[in-house]
Amino acid sequence: MELKPETLAEIEEAIPKYPEKRSAVMPLLHAIQKDQGLLTNEAAEWVAGKLGLEAIQVLAVITFYPFFRQHRIGKRHIRVCRTLSCAMAGGAKVCDKMLSEFDTGLNEISPDGEVTVEFAECLASCGSAPVMLVDDELHENLDEEKAKAICDQIKSEAVEV
Amino acid sequence: MEEKDNLITVNIDGHDLQVPAGTNMVDAAAILRKEIPHYCYHPKLSIAGNCRMCLVELGMPGRDRATGEPMLNEDGSPKIMWMPGPAIACGTKAAPGMHIKTDSPKALESREAITEFLLINHPLDCPICDQAGECALQEFSSKHGRGYSRFIEEKNVKPKRTRLGPRVTLDDERCVLCSRCVRFCDEIVNDSVLGFTDRGSYSTLTCFPGKELANNYSLNTVDICPVGALTSTDFRFKMRVWFLTEINHIDFETSVGANTVVSAREGKIYRVTPRRNDEVNDTWMTDSGRELYKTVEAEDRLTACSVAGDETAATEAIVKASEILQKGKTAIVGSGQCSVEEQFALKALAKSLDAVSVNLVARYGEDDGILMSVDRNPNVRGALMTGLIDTLPEERLEDLGSKIDSGEVTIVLSVKEDLTEAGLSEEQLSKVDIVYLGTHRNATSEKADVVLAGLTQFEKSGTVINQQFRIQKFNRVVPGPRGCIEDLHALSTIAANFSDEKFPSTVGSIWKQLAGENRQFSELSFQSLSDQGQVLDSSAFEYLPFREGKSLHFEPKRESVAAE
Amino acid sequence: MAIHPREQRIILKYADEPGYTPDIDCYVRHGGYEMLKKAVGMDKQTICDEVKNSQLRGRGGAGFPAGVKWSFVDRKSGKPVYMVCNCDESEPGTFKDRQIVHKDPHQLIEGIMISCFATDCAKAFIYIREEMPEGAKILEQAIKEAKEKNFVGDDILGSGYSCEIVVHRGAAAYICGEETGLIESLEGKRANPRIKPPYFPAALGLYMCPTIVNNVETLCNVKHILEMGAEEYAKIGRPNNTGTRIWCVSGGVKRPGYYEVAGITLGELVYDICGGPKEGRTIKAIIPGGSSMKILKNGERFKGKDRDGNEYDWGIEDIPLDYDGIAAAGSMSGSGGMMVLDDSVEIPVALANLMAFYSHESCGQCTPCREGSLWLKKITTRMVHGEARPEDVDLLRSVADQIEGRTICAFGFAVAWPVQSYLDKFEDEFREFAQRHSHLGGDRTAAKELACNH
Repeated sequence: MELKPETLAEIEEAIPKYPEKRSAVMPLLHAIQKDQGLLTNEAAEWVAGKLGLEAIQVLAVITFYPFFRQHRIGKRHIRVCRTLSCAMAGGAKVCDKMLSEFDTGLNEISPDGEVTVEFAECLASCGSAPVMLVDDELHENLDEEKAKAICDQIKSEAVEV
Repeated sequence: MEEKDNLITVNIDGHDLQVPAGTNMVDAAAILRKEIPHYCYHPKLSIAGNCRMCLVELGMPGRDRATGEPMLNEDGSPKIMWMPGPAIACGTKAAPGMHIKTDSPKALESREAITEFLLINHPLDCPICDQAGECALQEFSSKHGRGYSRFIEEKNVKPKRTRLGPRVTLDDERCVLCSRCVRFCDEIVNDSVLGFTDRGSYSTLTCFPGKELANNYSLNTVDICPVGALTSTDFRFKMRVWFLTEINHIDFETSVGANTVVSAREGKIYRVTPRRNDEVNDTWMTDSGRELYKTVEAEDRLTACSVAGDETAATEAIVKASEILQKGKTAIVGSGQCSVEEQFALKALAKSLDAVSVNLVARYGEDDGILMSVDRNPNVRGALMTGLIDTLPEERLEDLGSKIDSGEVTIVLSVKEDLTEAGLSEEQLSKVDIVYLGTHRNATSEKADVVLAGLTQFEKSGTVINQQFRIQKFNRVVPGPRGCIEDLHALSTIAANFSDEKFPSTVGSIWKQLAGENRQFSELSFQSLSDQGQVLDSSAFEYLPFREGKSLHFEPKRESVAAE
Repeated sequence: MAIHPREQRIILKYADEPGYTPDIDCYVRHGGYEMLKKAVGMDKQTICDEVKNSQLRGRGGAGFPAGVKWSFVDRKSGKPVYMVCNCDESEPGTFKDRQIVHKDPHQLIEGIMISCFATDCAKAFIYIREEMPEGAKILEQAIKEAKEKNFVGDDILGSGYSCEIVVHRGAAAYICGEETGLIESLEGKRANPRIKPPYFPAALGLYMCPTIVNNVETLCNVKHILEMGAEEYAKIGRPNNTGTRIWCVSGGVKRPGYYEVAGITLGELVYDICGGPKEGRTIKAIIPGGSSMKILKNGERFKGKDRDGNEYDWGIEDIPLDYDGIAAAGSMSGSGGMMVLDDSVEIPVALANLMAFYSHESCGQCTPCREGSLWLKKITTRMVHGEARPEDVDLLRSVADQIEGRTICAFGFAVAWPVQSYLDKFEDEFREFAQRHSHLGGDRTAAKELACNH
């Protein structure tokens, strides 16, 4: 499994921080997912080997936490909060807007490969509901108009790259 | 370990009980013959506390917060402060004054609730599930369940009938996620190959793709699985357990002598499972040891006696064998696979025949530190204690070989041992007359002048002595083939032809003689021997270089000699 | 966010000031790390006593007195003691720790260091939820800056005491907010909470060593307790409910947001500070402290006798906005995440939304929560989608009652309480809803949107 030098450096830096190696499972999985876009079974075995664990123990962790995924997603990761306050503020409509703007379905990769739109559980910003994460950025106080603007922004960024 | 006299008093459903401090309350209740139903608790595994079936009401004697003094009722008895919510009995260790209620309305309510929850996603598989008849979920549903279903939603779907390993089939829908199998693999076998993936109600037991549950203890997970999720591929769909008769037996695989239960119906064995013995094997046994029941109906089973290759009735074969043996210059090759009684009879026979040499064949393999010792004979110590031999046997019969070459030995009586495997050459075999008493065809039986078809350990009763010098008894499970003869009967009949005295021919009667002649056996009888066995005085043999290393309940007394 | 005049800002005093930045220079300019300097010159037990005497209660949800928690740490085993800062803020309705971490991270660092020094911890971990990636970066940067100035790391300020802080990112699991679930996650495993007894973190926590798990806001308070002294601190609020609390309000109010207050009533928060319901709406119900807590119905009377024997008879707006006040009203102040439901919200649909949340987040370890939460979700979803039956209302209640109190961790209560309290207070609405939704057909768009649980 080929990992970028920065990823390997990040991994080597993370492991000694913990009194017990096994604790480094999550930081390693974060680093590898960032590097490769997903966590394959090969990655699970690699991490297991690195930390002296069994592969099943790593797979058990990967499949427990929703952020760790074993499938590819679009280039941009959209997560719309669906828990009560955001739902009351119209989060479902925001999500629908995101889906329709990219002509895609929930949890799918959009036809242009640009986004995957998922629901997320409470993102801890209920006061500015509805909210969503676009990759690492939190967008607050959304409505369908703002959602469209964000979609336009994503599309223009896609063209630039 | 708590000292035996560190006893405290707990109260279960109004009954006082004295137990060692720290006793698990599920076990404490069992002493009073009260069953606290449970799934995930297992006395030999760590506490998981996840099934929640063992919820009981729990109370402790109250102490005044300010003064620290015990709070008392009006009648002077300690005031019990009951916890507002139920507590798991398996996670509760006995403490002085502890009170639990196992059959109060609250406790019963909890059980009904948990049972309902376990059943809502459980598939309606009883008619096709092997576990039926020995299924904890069936039992407890019947005892503690609501009796009707309120669940009208769709049940979760998970992988069914997957191959978890070469001997284990897994049905994930039936799994109640008790984690006994995971804990077993982690803690007992140190092979952490099982785990749960996904989360919540979608959690699924699995191996890593490409890996398997293949260790030599994989079938123990089937034994401890409280439902029909983990099943034995060998036993699958073969027989309903309520038809099976269960007989206590001993595993002959190695000198560990794991306690077993052999299940059979109408003369056919269907499976072997471990039997609990906290001094020998806990609740476990090897997978390979279970396979031994297949020798009963193996292709190469000797099903009839023969003389010079021709099938003969047993009585005639014995007469012929005696004729051969009385010609003189006999060597006896006994076996660590024989029972104590057979070895005792063999010793008597050797004496009557004035045998030139008496041998046993050693058999060694790798140990695993758990329940497989290096000694692949279950009963070498029986031969020592009966006096059949007085030193540890060799793997190869070199001494016998040279005696044959020199003409000192012209007749060999071999019981259960293939002489060519033990190192004798074709040539050497041709130099002697051979009487073979055994159960399966081999090079020796092919060359033998008389073949006495004997019985496997499953077809007779007896005792064996394991590495701890513990004598343990096994009982007949199925009758042998019609043309076979019971080994003890054959030996004693032959012996009778050479002696004025009648030699006892049954296990029961042989013990009278054993007890009379051997100091170590003096207080024992086959009847009275406990199913958990008894450790004998081995001081006379301590100097011998036994090779067994550490296993689950065995510590070698001295540095074990490395196996060659 | 502008500071409301009714607020009493101690923790978030500077966080929203224009020009206030998360870097250490800004923090130090505002008097930052002075308390750490003071602390390392103090007797450790004295600091612990101050925290105890301040009556500081945990701000994460349970409200357990922090000083008492610190005193439970097993000092006899000889094992290292660990400090874990719970920044997994995932209780729906709560968003206060986010403000601290993103805007004033050094306050948290200082709070952690003082607490670690006082409790002689070998190492500190900040477990931050994955959905705050910026926050993790900000904390890493802050720790780096603090190390450069010798506030973190080896021989802190020449005291001889050393302690590192490790930032550990979660991966989107609510159950990591449970202290033993967090510990399991920190150990690199599935976040399955542990059975207590015997695994109380104070004795058998992280790596089976004594561990203190404290919320972000709780640890920040430690600094201020040291600064003003326990006695002064205890004057804020009222006995057993001391200090300020950052309340988070969302839902049907004019001005949702976070507000640091003390000694006010629920009505003052919701009506005065948050401006009351939106135009044309009335408040139907309030979930006081995160979605796990029992709901309070507007119009309900909350009656009883307090500890001193005084009777109280409150309307929803009269309830004192603190631990004991809301407890007296039959609920809990929890994490301080208040959700206001106005009359546009159908209570059964709100419940369906929450059941989707809890069933998704259940770790799956123990039977009642694992099976029961999903069953509740299946029932409520079916009802929202038009296949309700009248007996479903009673069934929901029965299932919730069967879960409560029978689980390994408090998640069982978190699932059961919403069901029980919504049914208690809004039974008629549920029955009417079940009837209306007992046939397929009819426009259920709004309901499905709010339920948000395909």
